[in-house]
Amino acid sequence: MSDLDRLSLHVPEPAVRPGGQPDFSNVKIPKAGSVPRPEVDVAPEEIRDLAFSIIRVLNRDGEAVGPWAGLLSDAELLTGLRHMMMLRAFDARMLMAQRQGKTSFYMQHLGEEAVSCAFRRALRKGDMNFPTYRQAGLLIADDYPMVEMMNQIFSNESDPCHGRQLPVMYTSKEHGFFTISGNLATQYVQAVGWAMASAIKKDTRIAAGWIGDGSTAESDFHSALVFASTYRAPVILNIVNNQWAISTFQGIARGGSGTFAARGLGFGIPALRVDGNDYLAVYAVARWAVERARRNLGPTLIEYVTYRVGAHSTSDDPSAYRPKTESEAWPLGDPVLRLKKHLIVRGAWSEERHAQAEAEIMDEVIQAQKQAESHGTLHAGGRPSVRDIFEGVYAEMPPHIRRQRQKAGY
Amino acid sequence: MARMTMIEAVRSAMDVSMARDENVVVFGEDVGYFGGVFRCTQGLQAKYGKTRCFDAPISESGIVGTAIGMAAYGLKPCVEIQFADYMYPAYDQITQEAARIRYRSNGDFTCPIVLRMPTGGGIFGGQTHSQSPEALFTHVCGLKVIVPSNPYDAKGLLISAIEDPDPVMFLEPKRLYNGPFDGHHERPVTPWSKHELGDVPEGHYTIPIGKAEIRRKGSAVTVVAYGTMVHVALAAAEETGIDAEVIDLRSLLPLDLDTIVQSVTKTGRCVVVHEATLTSGFGSELVSLVQEHCFYHLEAPVVRVTGWDTPYPHAQEWDYFPGPARVGRALSEVMEA
Repeated sequence: MSDLDRLSLHVPEPAVRPGGQPDFSNVKIPKAGSVPRPEVDVAPEEIRDLAFSIIRVLNRDGEAVGPWAGLLSDAELLTGLRHMMMLRAFDARMLMAQRQGKTSFYMQHLGEEAVSCAFRRALRKGDMNFPTYRQAGLLIADDYPMVEMMNQIFSNESDPCHGRQLPVMYTSKEHGFFTISGNLATQYVQAVGWAMASAIKKDTRIAAGWIGDGSTAESDFHSALVFASTYRAPVILNIVNNQWAISTFQGIARGGSGTFAARGLGFGIPALRVDGNDYLAVYAVARWAVERARRNLGPTLIEYVTYRVGAHSTSDDPSAYRPKTESEAWPLGDPVLRLKKHLIVRGAWSEERHAQAEAEIMDEVIQAQKQAESHGTLHAGGRPSVRDIFEGVYAEMPPHIRRQRQKAGY
Repeated sequence: MARMTMIEAVRSAMDVSMARDENVVVFGEDVGYFGGVFRCTQGLQAKYGKTRCFDAPISESGIVGTAIGMAAYGLKPCVEIQFADYMYPAYDQITQEAARIRYRSNGDFTCPIVLRMPTGGGIFGGQTHSQSPEALFTHVCGLKVIVPSNPYDAKGLLISAIEDPDPVMFLEPKRLYNGPFDGHHERPVTPWSKHELGDVPEGHYTIPIGKAEIRRKGSAVTVVAYGTMVHVALAAAEETGIDAEVIDLRSLLPLDLDTIVQSVTKTGRCVVVHEATLTSGFGSELVSLVQEHCFYHLEAPVVRVTGWDTPYPHAQEWDYFPGPARVGRALSEVMEA
């Protein structure tokens, strides 16, 4: 023993901290179009490489290339661009509203718009998402009314959640959007359960679970993979790797594993890694996984490689833990600009039309906001009733809650 | 009418429910082919097929998490947690998810699930197979909590739980599975076949959640109990000769406060009994309520008889278990006060 060194604990650190030069040399970016597209019934062990590479469609020149390209028409791509621009404008207005005190809290999607907007378009009506708080694109891309989202954010008299839930924790069964908890990872295994139920009932609908890079460390993530794998549930297990879990870099959750997608391999779940800032690639990979689930071939794990350009939430200041210019150095670019460039290359779009669309979309968002604000904001105007505190804990109010409601004067 | 043990009664409840509603599914550790370590699900897989009754991985958070997802889809999962002591990995799913889904989504989604779990000691299960965690559930708004004390109630309450639109924690006192154990571990237990509450209808019936039952009419003191301790309290009343009124709560949340208040108002004395640990146990809530609602009728301080504030020991099981002698001493104490 005496000739051995003492043990020491390894605590991973990000490559750079504030004041340093942003460095993403560790993110290996394959050329667009270079990753093969296997058949959906491929054996997971034959596509192990796909858990370590990055599926990309759009190249630097804005062209769609390779085996994952060619799925979307001009019109569909223009719709996709519009959804992402809408989400970005929505975020900008809601961030401002939070600063103006119209709500307590907000979480934006800046840089990650392609992930949820493109994914939603690969699903059918009736499928169910179990989202985190950074997938509002699932609602926007399903034409859920923005006014309803804002009513929820403002906790006003028209809030679908009656003021009970934190801002952005939307719910819409009709739009395939499970009520967001606000806790992390719990919804991942619930998505598997929903998918199992659909298979038990011999239905055709499928489910999608969502999680961030940081919360893959939660035990619910691993439970979800076990159940999905064991019962071959028709579920898509999405990991949005936006590099940062509040202030914690992704290496703290990932450890020595090469990628988050690689987590799926030990469970025998096909695992793909995709350029999360490439609308076409996200859509193509989602379609592949959807087809697998729909054909009863079981679950797919997808890691979206992206970057959280904004703060975690309005309560967070990223300059305290990462270089301010890091987002500019992110090698996968901006999802809106990349799709815009592609549409221009296709001859379906122009700078002028883009600028015009930007103005029109902002106007639409502002109109929606005016309408929502006419129903109140957190501290002004119409608000949910105090009665709403006591309603809905149970289907039928039990006597002890009734007594407490009466005591509160309602 | 048939004679059933409590195991047969809960099995019959699941059987009847699965036959009536094809959305009822049953799963958990060892519950499929084998029929559960206590045999409560025996035969259900053979009868209803393995997509309606199946084995689950050893992952309580996974079992409860998937059950929640299934309920969101529209199924009615009735899952088994092998021992109540194993529920802690699922506690996050129970408290922050199942209990709040209706509330946070304003009814857009709901969570009609039942978690069955064997509870309590008396089988030399040591600290990880003997716990009574009911107060960890009664403290959570949005849950319902049931502890039956006999086969007849177990079946009727379990069917009610499965048909309930909200999440229900169904704690089955494992020492009562085969007979009305009164704490006299040195004697052979009377089987349910020789007890009137072992008479159980074979078909469908329900017992309302939130209604207590008076097991023994009395005028001297009220004993509030549930599960195994109901039978211990009855034994203590007989052995001391004190004319106790024994209330079997059956449902802890919602609670039948009216029955408690009526009884204590009449007797002026109250003993609260449970097997779980003392501090912050459900007895604390019961004593508070009695104090709030019956203060001017009380002739003596309310006394609690519970497990000690220690982990459940193995060899010293019967020194830990609050048996009839301890309950009897408490009855005498409140009568003398």
